[in-house]
Amino acid sequence: MSVAFDEMTNADGSIRSAYTALARWLSNVPPDVLDFRRKEAEFIFRRIGITFAVYGDSDAQERLIPFDIIPRILTGTEWRRMSRGLEQRVKALNLYLKDIYSRREILKAGVVPEDLVYQNPAFRPEMNGQKVPHDLYVHIAGIDVVRVDSETFYVLEDNARTPSGVSYMLENREIMMRLFPELFADNRVAPVENYTDELLATLKSVAPLSASSDPVVVVLTPGIYNSAYYEHSFLADKLGVELVEGRDLFVRSDVVYMRTTEGPRRVDVIYRRLDDDFLDPLTFRPDSALGVPGLMSAYNAGNVTLTNAVGTGVADDKAVYSYMPDIIRFYLGEEPLLKNVPTWRCREADHLKYVLDHLNELVVKEVHGSGGYGMLIGPRADKAQIELFRAKLKQDPTNFIAQPTLALSTCPTFVEEGIAPRHVDLRPFVLTGSDRVRIVPGGLTRVALEAGSLVVNSSQGGGTKDTWVLEES
Amino acid sequence: MLSRTADNLYWLSRYMERADCLARILDVTQRLAQLPAAYGGSTNEWRSALLTAGCADLFKQVHGEETNEQNVVNFLAFAPENPSSIRNCFEIARTNARSVRTALTMEMWETINSAWLELKRYSTKDMTREELARFLSFVKETSLRFDGAAYRTMLRNDAFWFSRVGMYVERADNTARILDVKYHVLLPDSEHIGGPLDYFQWASILRSVSALTSFHWVYRESVKPWLVADLLILNAQMPRSLTSCYQNITRYLDDIAAYYGRQGSAQRLARSTLTKLGNSRMEDIFQTGLHEFIDSFVFENNRLGSTVTEQYLL
Repeated sequence: MSVAFDEMTNADGSIRSAYTALARWLSNVPPDVLDFRRKEAEFIFRRIGITFAVYGDSDAQERLIPFDIIPRILTGTEWRRMSRGLEQRVKALNLYLKDIYSRREILKAGVVPEDLVYQNPAFRPEMNGQKVPHDLYVHIAGIDVVRVDSETFYVLEDNARTPSGVSYMLENREIMMRLFPELFADNRVAPVENYTDELLATLKSVAPLSASSDPVVVVLTPGIYNSAYYEHSFLADKLGVELVEGRDLFVRSDVVYMRTTEGPRRVDVIYRRLDDDFLDPLTFRPDSALGVPGLMSAYNAGNVTLTNAVGTGVADDKAVYSYMPDIIRFYLGEEPLLKNVPTWRCREADHLKYVLDHLNELVVKEVHGSGGYGMLIGPRADKAQIELFRAKLKQDPTNFIAQPTLALSTCPTFVEEGIAPRHVDLRPFVLTGSDRVRIVPGGLTRVALEAGSLVVNSSQGGGTKDTWVLEES
Repeated sequence: MLSRTADNLYWLSRYMERADCLARILDVTQRLAQLPAAYGGSTNEWRSALLTAGCADLFKQVHGEETNEQNVVNFLAFAPENPSSIRNCFEIARTNARSVRTALTMEMWETINSAWLELKRYSTKDMTREELARFLSFVKETSLRFDGAAYRTMLRNDAFWFSRVGMYVERADNTARILDVKYHVLLPDSEHIGGPLDYFQWASILRSVSALTSFHWVYRESVKPWLVADLLILNAQMPRSLTSCYQNITRYLDDIAAYYGRQGSAQRLARSTLTKLGNSRMEDIFQTGLHEFIDSFVFENNRLGSTVTEQYLL
């Protein structure tokens, strides 16, 4: 593996322009000050209760995601280029979903294989021919982007279901401004705090036509035991809307109401952070106690907007991902502005053969996996792990894709031994309303805190950083 | 607001108040138990603490008949199997707080969350009296902070009113129960009513609700049972008295009714209890029996709680 691109320091030791002010500051600040502020940040996070739950880890029911106090910085130029690519990509995702659930031109044209849709567990036949308000499916998208050199950003993954992490983007900035006001004086950092205003505008813009001029928006959460519960309550709070659980809602004559102290109140837009499967026990899992019986019939009647729409998962698994460049070309007639990581689809015989022959070089991922679970990192795996994946691949090749081990860019990070480079990725959030697309400059930077590690997922010991987009003065 | 949110706020305040009351019960019991034997110090104070806290039956199921300082303190303060132990009160309060974070101010949340984190530091086994005292004052301070945070930072809307109603319903219940401790601590036969033991017991009760000084200011007399009862039941100046609690309950329920434009059975019930208290005289209460009076008050107060639930929280 080649030496990774470092976002602050060039190979010759010079500092990249975006980091000039930060590098100067870092070289002046005593390490114990950094350490002190890191502890202060942790204390604040814990007191505010910004925690997440790790499934299967009953011992630490609520954990803090480690926060790194050194920001990750992008220039305005880099950001503008990236955000154009993000907008293009999400536009294509929406057109693809509309097509998949109506005329299926893309399947007829043979661009995407049929079974990728019909055999996909996230495909919702209930959505066939179903009109959704404003033809929008993915109102809130989180697109994971990695960087490999000064020019190249790759999209690593599209998250079109219920992407999380935006609360960390906002809280990280908040805490950085509290701890390091002097840094913000030296750098012109584009603000992100208007994200929730943009989100509210987006949600209101996609209300059903039958809604009043000031639509009632709610955030639907599975409840306090969900790993992202903190974020759900954070967002509801900042949006100024009710945070509801399934039991707070009911459906009468195809209209959704919430139970309030003053009686039932109509709900127009549900920003749901609950998976499709649990939304409505009458349509999906009958054992779901988290959902709202009859919700789908209200949805089908066009009386409520669900964001994101039902069935978006058919557009964001890792097998569909590999077709995204073709999907963009098909609907928009444009070349993708953001590249895909080269991907081998194990479903195709020649790809599978290549993958099996190069297991020790590749990253193999489950098509429907997430959170860094169920993947093989070839160069780091031992013999037994490789053989285990070889067997899995042979048994069910369609369930896997493989990618080269990317040299993800690194960013200076404050760890035990001082400031050291650690691999990072970036999840910007793309909001699509009926009026326009909104992207706040920045996103959530995740960092693999272990030296050399490429796994940035919080469930596996990853941390986060504040992400700065510098405005040129 | 969401019915569930109102319900959570209501119970959140009740549990914070209940934790405070339990701390006070433990406080007063310890004082009573420490009375020297020469003053007739009896041995059933710890049992009476259980009766006052309303969990004697549950305790019996878990521990049997044997009551002593250690097992009662542990049961009321920490036992996971006691749904109303102080620890469980804080646990439930925090769970409720997490589900209504959007309805809480940051100050309220931080109070609950840091208390919950702090709670872990107190080990339950072999707590010395000094450690226990520290723990109890931590609990009382937490309730004070929570109450102050709510009072100083919440918007004056239905969220605030529901949490206040919860607090005062619980407080009324608790005051009544603390007053009832005296009934459960049976005076030894040889002891005269109004004797030294009796005096110390009533004074301890006052102390436990931080009312000993108030008592002297109000009555300018030595501690007498009917005056203590008057202070804690009828005196509207005393913020823990049943009358004061019901003045507040009535007021906040009326705020809710005005806001929603509709009165209901909860408002009527609260007003009728307040009227009853207003028409009561201490002589009559002692004539019919203090314990009986308290019993029927606790019953009425519970009825108000379920009426509020039916009217707003379902």
